[in-house]
Amino acid sequence: MEIKKTAIAGTLESSDVQIMLSAGTNGFEFELESDVAKQFGDQIKETISNVLGMYDIKDAKIKVVDKGALDLVIKARAIAAVQRALDIVDAPKWEVL
Amino acid sequence: MKDQKERLRRTMMFVPGNNPAMVKDAGIFGADSIMFDLEDAVSMSEKDAARYLIYEALKTIDYGNSELVVRINGLDTPYYKSDIKAMVKAGVDVIRLPKVESAAMMEELEKLVAQAEEEFGIEVGTTNLMAAIESAKGVINAYEIAISSKRMIGIALSAEDYTTDMKTHRYPDGQELLYARNVILHAARAAGIAAFDTVFTNMDDEEGFYRETELIHQLGFDGKSLVNPRQVEMVNKVYEPTKKEILNAQGVIAAIAEAKRKGSGVISMNGQMVDRPVVLRAERVMRLATAANLVDEEGNYIEK
Repeated sequence: MEIKKTAIAGTLESSDVQIMLSAGTNGFEFELESDVAKQFGDQIKETISNVLGMYDIKDAKIKVVDKGALDLVIKARAIAAVQRALDIVDAPKWEVL
Repeated sequence: MKDQKERLRRTMMFVPGNNPAMVKDAGIFGADSIMFDLEDAVSMSEKDAARYLIYEALKTIDYGNSELVVRINGLDTPYYKSDIKAMVKAGVDVIRLPKVESAAMMEELEKLVAQAEEEFGIEVGTTNLMAAIESAKGVINAYEIAISSKRMIGIALSAEDYTTDMKTHRYPDGQELLYARNVILHAARAAGIAAFDTVFTNMDDEEGFYRETELIHQLGFDGKSLVNPRQVEMVNKVYEPTKKEILNAQGVIAAIAEAKRKGSGVISMNGQMVDRPVVLRAERVMRLATAANLVDEEGNYIEK
């Protein structure tokens, strides 16, 4: 699936994560900002990559600002961002959940 | 659905649906029910994001023994159907519909819930329902709402919208809610489901909070909706049975055991017959005492 528009989900509040997706051409290009990037950076990227994979997205620019989000929050925000980017907010892909 | 009728529901704590910090910690305050809010606490532009946050939280976080409730968006909103599907799929215990005015609204909800259960391979009938009553029409139809579905576990008064509908507002003495409270309570009792009182929002007025909680406890409400975790302990304190009530309940329960042992159908205590309402009350006192940690595992009173 192609990303149709740049989309953002999540906030900059504590325990949250803000994820911005935009169209890319070269696989997943991450830009990660997190106080725990050293310990959890790879895990954060993996969680988001898995969600993108479930929507069959191959290329995307992904900007992540993490404020100490749990994995479930990262996944939830990634799902919201993808559905917004694909313009399918009103017709979610239930099998992905 | 086991023991739904006898479950303690003293406290139903509201948790804003799009706030990860509060969603994450919602289980630590000991609320009997946790109500994640997808409706008023979430702005229009974040309805989808909140839905997935609560979905993932329900799937992932262990909230212990708390009953998990989600207040979905009303049936006149574009979020209604997706909220239902996501929450059914997440396996929530109870879906709470706001602004309910008729049995037909609950019947429509039930139909969609059943469809979602089928779609996601969940046993039909698993998801329970409750209704928030927020208008004069809702109060008038409280009983038909209460009996609208076998899935109903309770009805709740929502006083902010209700008082606006009644062309008044909330007063400290609560006179303006007297009729609605009594109607909702009677409808719930007649239907055999729980009755929840409305929220009390002024956190600076502790005395007012206790006054209102004591009133609804006296009336017979199962419990109260809460907006602040601090209020959980305050409500539980009001619902805590006294030592005298506990000792009396223990006497009743011992008398039942004695009658069973003797094979007698008649239960007597101190030479007086114990009838069914007394037994039911004693059982409820013991459930409250257990929840308040006032008795040990064998049901003996623990001196503080």
